[in-house]
Amino acid sequence: MADMQHIPNVKMSAQGVNVLYGEKQAIRDVSIEVDLENVTALIGPSGCGKSTFLRTLNRMNDTVSGARVEGRITLDGDDIYGADMDVVQLRARVGMVFQKPNPFPKSIYENVAYGPRIHGLAHGKADLDEIVEKSLRRAGLWDEVKDRLHESGTALSGGQQQRLCIGRAIAVEPEVILMDEPCSALDPIATARIEELILDLRGNYAIVIVTHNMQQAARVSQHTAFFHLGRLVEQGPTTEIFTNPREERTKDYITGRYG
Amino acid sequence: MSGTMTLFVVVALGAIGWIVARARATRMQAEAGRLATNSLPSQHGWYVALWTALPALVFLAVWANVTPALVLDSVLQAPAAQALPADGFTRSAILGEARAIASGAQAAAFNPQSMTLVEPFRDAARHYGGMGALLAVILAFAGGAYALSRVRPAFTARRRIEKLVMWLLLGASLIAIVTTAGIVGSLLFESMRFFSMVNPLDFLTGLKWSPQSAAMGYGNEDAFGAVPLFWGTIFIGAIIAMVVAIPLGLMSAVYLTQYARPQVRKWMKPTLEVLAGVPTVVYGYFAALTVAPALRSFAAAVGIPGASSESALAAGLVMGVMIIPFVSSMADDSIAAVPQAMRDGSLAMGATTSETIRRVLIPAALPGVVGGVLLAVSRAIGETMIVVMAAGLAANLTLNPFASVTTVTTQMVQLLTGDQEFDSAKTLAAFALGLVLFVVTLLLNIVALRVVKKYREAYE
Repeated sequence: MADMQHIPNVKMSAQGVNVLYGEKQAIRDVSIEVDLENVTALIGPSGCGKSTFLRTLNRMNDTVSGARVEGRITLDGDDIYGADMDVVQLRARVGMVFQKPNPFPKSIYENVAYGPRIHGLAHGKADLDEIVEKSLRRAGLWDEVKDRLHESGTALSGGQQQRLCIGRAIAVEPEVILMDEPCSALDPIATARIEELILDLRGNYAIVIVTHNMQQAARVSQHTAFFHLGRLVEQGPTTEIFTNPREERTKDYITGRYG
Repeated sequence: MSGTMTLFVVVALGAIGWIVARARATRMQAEAGRLATNSLPSQHGWYVALWTALPALVFLAVWANVTPALVLDSVLQAPAAQALPADGFTRSAILGEARAIASGAQAAAFNPQSMTLVEPFRDAARHYGGMGALLAVILAFAGGAYALSRVRPAFTARRRIEKLVMWLLLGASLIAIVTTAGIVGSLLFESMRFFSMVNPLDFLTGLKWSPQSAAMGYGNEDAFGAVPLFWGTIFIGAIIAMVVAIPLGLMSAVYLTQYARPQVRKWMKPTLEVLAGVPTVVYGYFAALTVAPALRSFAAAVGIPGASSESALAAGLVMGVMIIPFVSSMADDSIAAVPQAMRDGSLAMGATTSETIRRVLIPAALPGVVGGVLLAVSRAIGETMIVVMAAGLAANLTLNPFASVTTVTTQMVQLLTGDQEFDSAKTLAAFALGLVLFVVTLLLNIVALRVVKKYREAYE
C-alpha cells in the first residue's frame, strides 16, 4: 500500500494475505505491520474477518479443518508458514488471549506454570516459582491470588480469569501477544483493569488487539486498522483514524452509523 | 362363548361406544355451540369407550384367575370325583390329566380314571366360562350406559382422559420399579434362608468353597467360604479385563476425538461399537476355543507352572476386549465435552497435540473417564457367559493368571442349572452370591453416575 507510513521496529508483517474456509473467502488481500512500540487495534463490524486475521498470526487457523492461508506473514523476517517454521515454537513466541477466559481446570499456579513446563523454561522448583510470581505480577493479579495459588483457576471471577490467561501467556516470554476481544465477556471494572494492563505491557511485547469497542481501541492502541467484509479498508495512527478518517466507510463505522 | 370371543366382543362394544358417544357429542356441540362444550367429540368418545371396555377387561382378567379354583370345586362335587384316591399326589395327577384332556391340551389319558372326570371338567369350564362372558358383557353395557349418560356440554371428558393417560403412564413406569423391588425381595428372602443355615461371616470371609461336599451331607461348615469366588471375579473382571480395556479404550477415544479425520472417524467409531453388540456367548467360545488353548501352550512353552486349559487370563483378556467399547465411548464423550477453548488455550501456548491431550484434555475429562471405567467394571463382574465357558470351576485362590479360577456368576450357574431342590444350602447359596453381586454392582453404578453427573455440571 502506497499510503502506508514507515513504522520502525517491525515485529510481524503480513503481505497480501488471503484466508479461505473451503470455497468461502474470509480475508482478502490484507497487508499490515505490527511493531514493538505500539499496540495495534483491529476494529470492524462482526464477521469482518478481524478475528480470523488475528488467528493467522500464530497459525491457530491450522486447527480449523478446511482453512487455507495464502500470502506471506513474517515474524522477524521469517515466513511463519514456511517449511522450516515450527508451529510449536511460533506459538511460544506469539502468545494469544481469547475472547472468553479459558483457564485450565487446574490450580492458579499450575495454569501459569503450564507454558514454562512444556517449553522447559524453568530449572527447578524455585525458578518456576519465580516465573509464576513474575508473570502474575505483570498480569496485575499477584496481590489478589498470592495466598491461594493452589486453588482452582476456574474459581476466580471473570476478570481475574482473563488476567490469569494473560499471565499464563506472559509466562512463556512471548514476543507478540494477540488478544481476541479480551474484554467482551467482562464487566466495565474488569475491562478497565485489563486496559490498564495492556498499557503497562506495551513496549515489552508487540500487542495486537481485536475489539468491538471503539472507545477501547481509542484508549489502548496507537495504531488502528479498520476491517470490513474481509478487507483491510484503512489503517494508520489511532488518533488519525478516529479524528480524520480518509475512507467514508471508516467514518460511518466510527460514528456509529453501522456496526 | 370362548375367552377370545368375549374379549373381542368387549373391545367391539368399546368401539361402538366410541362411535355413539362421538356422534352424540357432535350433535350436542352443534346445538350448544363450540365454546359452550368443554371437550371435543372424540374425547367424549374415548371417555365412553374406556368406560365400556376397561372395567369389563379388568373383570375378565380377574375372572380368568379365579375360574380354575371354581371349576375344580364343582368337579369335586361331581359323583365321579367321589372315587378319587385320598393320596394327594395321585389325586392331583389324575385331576391335572383330566383338566388337560378337557381343555384339549392332551389327547389321551394315562390313567383311565381321568377319563371319568373329563366331562365334569368340560361342564364346569363351560358353565363358568359362559358366566364370565355374560358378566363381562353386562359390565361393558353398564359402564358404557353410565358414561354415555354423562355426555353433557359441560362434562370435562378432556380432563378425565388426560388424567387416565397419566395413570397409564405412571403404571407403565411403576412396572419396572415394582419388578426391581420384586427381584431384590426374592434375592433377600432366599438369602435370608441361606444365612439361617450358614453364618454370613463364614460366607463372606471363608477361604474354602465346596458346596458339593455340603450337598453330599458333610455339613455346611467350611463349605461356603466365598472369598475364592470374589477373588476370581475381581481378578478377571476388575484387574485383567481392565488392564486390557482401560488403556486400549482410552487410547482409541483419544485417537478418535483428537487425531482421526472426520472420514476416518465416521467408519471407525461404529465399527468399534459393533464390538458391544457381539453376543457374549460368542466371546465365550472365542475365549474357550481360541485364546485359552493358545495361552496354555504359551505357558507350557515358557515353563509357567499350574497352567490350565481354562485360565483367568483367557477369560479376562477376552472380557477386556468386550469392554473396550464401553470405556472408549464414555471416554470419547468426556473428552469431546471438554470445551474447545481449553484445547485452543493449550495449543496457543505452543503445546503440541499430545501435550495438550496429556496435560489438559485427559485431566479435564478424568471424572467422566473414571465413571465410565466404574460402569465397565460393574458390567464385567456381572458378566457370565465368558467366564462360564473360559474361566473354569475350580475355586482357586491364586495370583497365577494362567491357573483356573472361578467367579461368582459361574458358580451361580453351576448351583442353579439342572434338577435342584430349593431348600438346600447348596442351591440357596446362589441367591446369597446374587445378592452380593447385586449390591456391589449397584454401588458401583451409583458412584459412577454421581461422578459423571458432577463432572457434566462443571462445564454447563
